[in-house]
Amino acid sequence: MFSSEVIEMLIIGIGETMYMTLASTLFGYVFGLPMGILLAISDKDGIKPNTFLYKLLDVIANIVRSVPFLILLIVLIPFTRAIVGKSYGSTATIIPLVVAAIPFIARMVESSLREVDAGVIEAARSMGASTFTIVVKVLLVEARTSLIVGVTIALGTILGYSAMAGTVGGGGLGDIAIRYGYYRYEAGIMIVTVVLLIVLVQIFQTIGMKLSVHLDKRK
Amino acid sequence: MAQIEVRHLSKSFTSKDVKVDALQDINLEIEQGDIYGIIGMSGAGKSTLVRCLNYLEKPTVGEVWIEGKELGGMKEKELLKQRKDIAMIFQHFNLLMQKNVVDNVCFPLLIQGVKKKEARKRAKELLEIVGLEEKELAYPAQLSGGQKQRVAIARALASDPRILLCDEATSALDPQTTAAILDLLGDINRQFGITIVIITHQMSVIRKICNQVAIMSQGQIREHGSVEDIFSHPKTKEARELILRDIDGERVSNESALKDQLMEDKKIRIVFSENSAFEPVIANMVLKMGTAVNILKADTKNVGGIAKGEMILGLPADKKIQKEIEDYILERGLEIEEVTGDV
Repeated sequence: MFSSEVIEMLIIGIGETMYMTLASTLFGYVFGLPMGILLAISDKDGIKPNTFLYKLLDVIANIVRSVPFLILLIVLIPFTRAIVGKSYGSTATIIPLVVAAIPFIARMVESSLREVDAGVIEAARSMGASTFTIVVKVLLVEARTSLIVGVTIALGTILGYSAMAGTVGGGGLGDIAIRYGYYRYEAGIMIVTVVLLIVLVQIFQTIGMKLSVHLDKRK
Repeated sequence: MAQIEVRHLSKSFTSKDVKVDALQDINLEIEQGDIYGIIGMSGAGKSTLVRCLNYLEKPTVGEVWIEGKELGGMKEKELLKQRKDIAMIFQHFNLLMQKNVVDNVCFPLLIQGVKKKEARKRAKELLEIVGLEEKELAYPAQLSGGQKQRVAIARALASDPRILLCDEATSALDPQTTAAILDLLGDINRQFGITIVIITHQMSVIRKICNQVAIMSQGQIREHGSVEDIFSHPKTKEARELILRDIDGERVSNESALKDQLMEDKKIRIVFSENSAFEPVIANMVLKMGTAVNILKADTKNVGGIAKGEMILGLPADKKIQKEIEDYILERGLEIEEVTGDV
């Protein structure tokens, strides 16, 4: 149905999309996980309340999340160029994706950690556990099911963003969908890329859910 | 000096500009090896008090001395170390739900930096003590309430504490399980000499296991002393209320009816001391006087191995007969006190 060039292009597109999504999620967690932990523990009901720190992170998270992704993509071009050396292509797209993902991931981590039963935290405190120990051995362990669900949601969302980045030369399936499907009216290619994106989201979702259920020992 | 000493402790919470005095001028002395009960209705402040004993709550005013050291003067690090000696168990067990039984018991040891292998070995010994060795790989969700509390007790014992705080530890359990857990706590107290502080709203718990008791209401200790004394000579209204409410379930519904009756008659409360409960004093009295008395409440129970009891009698209106009855009872060596409307 498609020429071998188109098929090859689609395969490369899948690879680029996977690369952008996975790398951005990974780096998003490198920064978003600590930020989420700090948000959860510095809140007034947290284990180490710190109003100043909480307010600061809260405002940063809200500001970044309020900026539409496309605007962020453009605003960050100088920053991206400074780090990657160019402002187009999949690797360059990772930078704005990570920036957009950090506050989003931090919020999800924060909400997961808040779900941990206050009684268990109190028990750990009664044993003389330090704040660090409580975070590592209680919060992250007890919330792991919810955290994994969070990763699943993050992957799906970042995949969507990466497709959006295609409009400004970001590469990947989104790029193909825009350039061939939309600009050249090749509906066939557009449909195929959209279906491929759906399949990718499905795969992430299924793996994430299976894993979280498997690791949940509460039932 | 007592093992635990609380001096002039007060705690107040401020939320939305409203100040609530949770605890007011609490003074307590708990000796090494005691099983000390702190009883009160919900909202009396007993859970806050027990959390002041390991500084999970910081008192607003006052001091907590544990084995000669004042917790308020400690740095954060010292305090974390001190908590190793003061274990705690909870109403809702508070186990790590994502960890299996043996890992839960290992948890406090790992906090203290004990090697994993050693911690596991110790955990297995502890599970044997609480009778759960075959459940070591189960997860908390697969256990019954009583089994979960046993895991929590094993976990509490892991750090070789000298004090064990129990915050309503049996309140979520059925009567049989409660009895078994209390037996276990008693064994632990005898075997390891661990001082146990029990917070409860159930007088039956105090009666079964404690040797000392403090009665709390509205953030204050109303009365404290040996369980035997408090049961036989309650001095305060709060103590009497709690003893009257010492109900193992079904008597709750009768309570208001009982109160109505208590409002009308001239009533006396008779306290049976050692062994006299088995003598048919009341029956003999009725035979001798030839006049009936109304038994409004009667209760004998085993307090620390001694039969203790109390009975509330409604007496006939005739003042002369009342006097005769009171004299008869006093002659038999029993104690009487008049009961007023709101027992």
